Amino acid sequence: MTTAPARPDAPPTGTSGPYVGAPVDRVDGVVKTTGAARFAAEHPYPGLAHAALVHATIPRGRVTWIDSAAALAVDGVLAVITHENAPAMRPVKTQSVLDLSTLVPGSTVNHLASDEVHWDGQPVAVVVAESRQIALHAASLVRATYRELPSTVDFATEKRNALPQKKSVVDPGRAAKGDAEAALSTAAVAVDHLYTTPVHHHNALELHTTTAVWDGDRLTVHEPTQGIDWTRKHLAHRFGVPVENVRVIAPFVGGAFGGKWHVWAGTLLTVLAARVVGRPVRLVLTREGVYRTVGGRSPSEQRVALGADADGTLTALIHTSVTQVGRVGGGPEPATGLSRYAYAAENVLVEQKQIALDLVPNTYMRAPGEAIGSFALESAIDELAHELGVDPIELRMRNEPERDPIDGRRFSHRKLREVYALGAERFGWAGRSLRPRSTRDGRWLVGTGVATAFHPANLFPANVTVRISADGGVLVRCGLHEMGMGAATAQAQIAADALGVPIESVRVEHGDSTLPAAPAASGSTQTASIASSLLAACEKLKRSALALARGSADSPLRGAKPAEVQARDGGLHAARGGETYAAILARAGRSSLDAAVGAERGFAAVAGQVRFMSKFLLDRRRWVRAASGAQFCEVRVDAHTGEVRVTRWVGAFDVGTVINAKTVASQLRGGIVMGIGMALSEATVVDPRTGRIVNPGLAEYHVPVHADVPPIEIHCLGDPDPTMPAGVLGAGEVGITGVAAAIANAVHHATGRRVRDLPVTLDDLL
Amino acid sequence: MRINGATTVLELEPRVSLLDALRDELGLTGTKKGCDQGACGACTVLVDGERINSCLALAVQYSGREITTVEGVDHPLQAAFVANDGLQCGYCTPGQICSAIGMLAEHAAGAPSAVTEHLCEPDPELTDAEIRERMSGNLCRCGAYNGIVDSVREVAVAEQLR
Ligand code: FES
Ligand code: FES
Repeated sequence: MTTAPARPDAPPTGTSGPYVGAPVDRVDGVVKTTGAARFAAEHPYPGLAHAALVHATIPRGRVTWIDSAAALAVDGVLAVITHENAPAMRPVKTQSVLDLSTLVPGSTVNHLASDEVHWDGQPVAVVVAESRQIALHAASLVRATYRELPSTVDFATEKRNALPQKKSVVDPGRAAKGDAEAALSTAAVAVDHLYTTPVHHHNALELHTTTAVWDGDRLTVHEPTQGIDWTRKHLAHRFGVPVENVRVIAPFVGGAFGGKWHVWAGTLLTVLAARVVGRPVRLVLTREGVYRTVGGRSPSEQRVALGADADGTLTALIHTSVTQVGRVGGGPEPATGLSRYAYAAENVLVEQKQIALDLVPNTYMRAPGEAIGSFALESAIDELAHELGVDPIELRMRNEPERDPIDGRRFSHRKLREVYALGAERFGWAGRSLRPRSTRDGRWLVGTGVATAFHPANLFPANVTVRISADGGVLVRCGLHEMGMGAATAQAQIAADALGVPIESVRVEHGDSTLPAAPAASGSTQTASIASSLLAACEKLKRSALALARGSADSPLRGAKPAEVQARDGGLHAARGGETYAAILARAGRSSLDAAVGAERGFAAVAGQVRFMSKFLLDRRRWVRAASGAQFCEVRVDAHTGEVRVTRWVGAFDVGTVINAKTVASQLRGGIVMGIGMALSEATVVDPRTGRIVNPGLAEYHVPVHADVPPIEIHCLGDPDPTMPAGVLGAGEVGITGVAAAIANAVHHATGRRVRDLPVTLDDLL
Repeated sequence: MRINGATTVLELEPRVSLLDALRDELGLTGTKKGCDQGACGACTVLVDGERINSCLALAVQYSGREITTVEGVDHPLQAAFVANDGLQCGYCTPGQICSAIGMLAEHAAGAPSAVTEHLCEPDPELTDAEIRERMSGNLCRCGAYNGIVDSVREVAVAEQLR
């Protein structure tokens, strides 16, 4: 296998030092390969008790009778907590953009506060016991009877009752320009089809788990969460204790992909159970328990209709979607979001509708909206190219917009032409036959496909402190989330360059609510958000170091101005010479220098939030900011069995600055691998009669394995976005977008069969 | 029990899995639990040099056997994983490493796999396809597969040269 370097050409700019852009090894590589890294369920506590959940077996109704006697009779059982004896938690707060922690409840249900059942799988009891084995056994002995109420659980039959999604600050749900239906009906060439995608589950390899320890009214929680600060605030609210009393610890998260963004039932019930038994309690959900209590990606039905002139100029683009939420929670899936920005069509209509079902609420999963929306849109554009008899890249380039096609906003960094050129060259796209089923290699039908990747870039406020000590060591403190992205490594690189110190002297403390709060790790925003504060903090620190030095008669920096000073070689340097931070501190008799950004409290914090939201909205009005890419693949389809193998992949991306060539390539590959699963094997099956998930496990829900994944070549432009901190556009999600479409397009090219319903399986091709 | 070269005496219920004994009783949390059902490979350990899913093994059946967990591993694969970025979240990593060590031993012993062309061939070449097939019991949801295969190939080649 030859994998080209992630950053073949230009070095990224935006910072001056040697680390940003380099393929630096992960700072936590050693602890993760030796087993020393402790994940959430791996912290010992004396007297630790273990919990197990009992799940409802009806989709909607009331518990009429619950029998704990047999469970309580088991030796070692400490408590069986049901709605009959559970202490009350405070109800969920109403959502507000001024307190983003109000967005994190996985559902609005106040667990075990009543006999009501809202989905099949909702916890109806928690068993606490001396060991996990006892708890699981006793949980199997709890009996419940129910009075069932009418429920709606089937997406396929309910989708016709869909209603428009509510408008929100981040997603208007609908946008239009001109009269797209009319333009479609008079177009020279048109395609108009329905595409469907099933429910998907994150299946982070680390199971959801909570360890809760009460000490009076102080609470410590080990929880693999993507949102430490909001989880902390939410728990403080639900359990009626001051925020300062709650500590949430999550230095390493064993994969999340959106599934660990919300606070789900298991977390709350573990904290509740620990209060009931007066001991530390740990819950490790079974894999099935994750499916029953943690939401997945909404299924979708999408219509994409494209109309074009005979030369391929788009005259109409319609993308509408129906997705689902739970009746007791879940958020709108922005499935058509990318179609607002994709093509310069004269007439555009995008519109999102949804239904509410009696199922576990849906949640975010890697590139919510774009992951499934790009399947529909980018399949449709391939279909149109086929109708027109033009190359699908050529068709895209003919319709590449100069500005936001609907409201004329500027793109901050639209580089699709560049990524397509780069990808096409590396893949060897030129000379590809337009005719489907034109290449055969023995029993294999060979095809190639392409699709656009796109994911919006955003920012959230982050608090960071930086300290330089007398020994020259740098400590960055930020409650950021390390779920595999290499977040701590990236920030260490940024700090090392900004301060001009060797990366070995930088330590990043993360994953703890006692640290300055970071925003939740979501929306591919973490690196840029924290970089923004970290760069500001490093700037402050350099200024204070200079202030110490320039007043001193024996400093070579005497009288130097900030503008003429460079940070390098472990210190500050001006024209007349320089000195190390250690020397500056030693002369001043200081043990350390500190700088903080954004660590406000009380009113200042609220004011900061308001300031941030207004800047956020202003920026959104001004710019379309997004990471983008071009996905190229080759598939081989067995002519006899219909088996599809992905045999080659090239992804060319614009993610702005590449902070770490190694970890960014890995993140993009990870997205592509998940996209391969989405294209060919992943589907959560919900029983249309009972609302029960019938394949809640890794043996029945098939994620890609080693044998399913070919060498994936990643290329990045490495060109900074001038409007984003450190030029970063984010790499966590763009990788999965476009993948399923590229594969479906390649399958069409190989076989002549167009599959519009994911996943593409053998039976579609026989 | 013999674990990582040391002998430990444990009193356990017969239903306790080897995985739970390692993690919960002995504090050897390097071995991970991803499914508890034999479907993910995160719990892979070596028993007398062979790889097994410790979640599907009852601890009491393994007394007297030589068990190696990631904490007892000191192997060039570990550095290779870091250098090739064969990990992201790191949760599957101990299982991948133990599995790869067991797999390399199986291959060295001449064991064929489902993609081996000639089953009687004494020494099947360890191609990328062979590595991928033989490692397919170890899921990585982060998708670090390319880096893992690179690491295994690199170490296998180095071992052959030795
Ligand atoms: S935990 Fe043993 S195979 Fe998944
Ligand atoms: S590194 Fe996260 S599951 Fe493999």
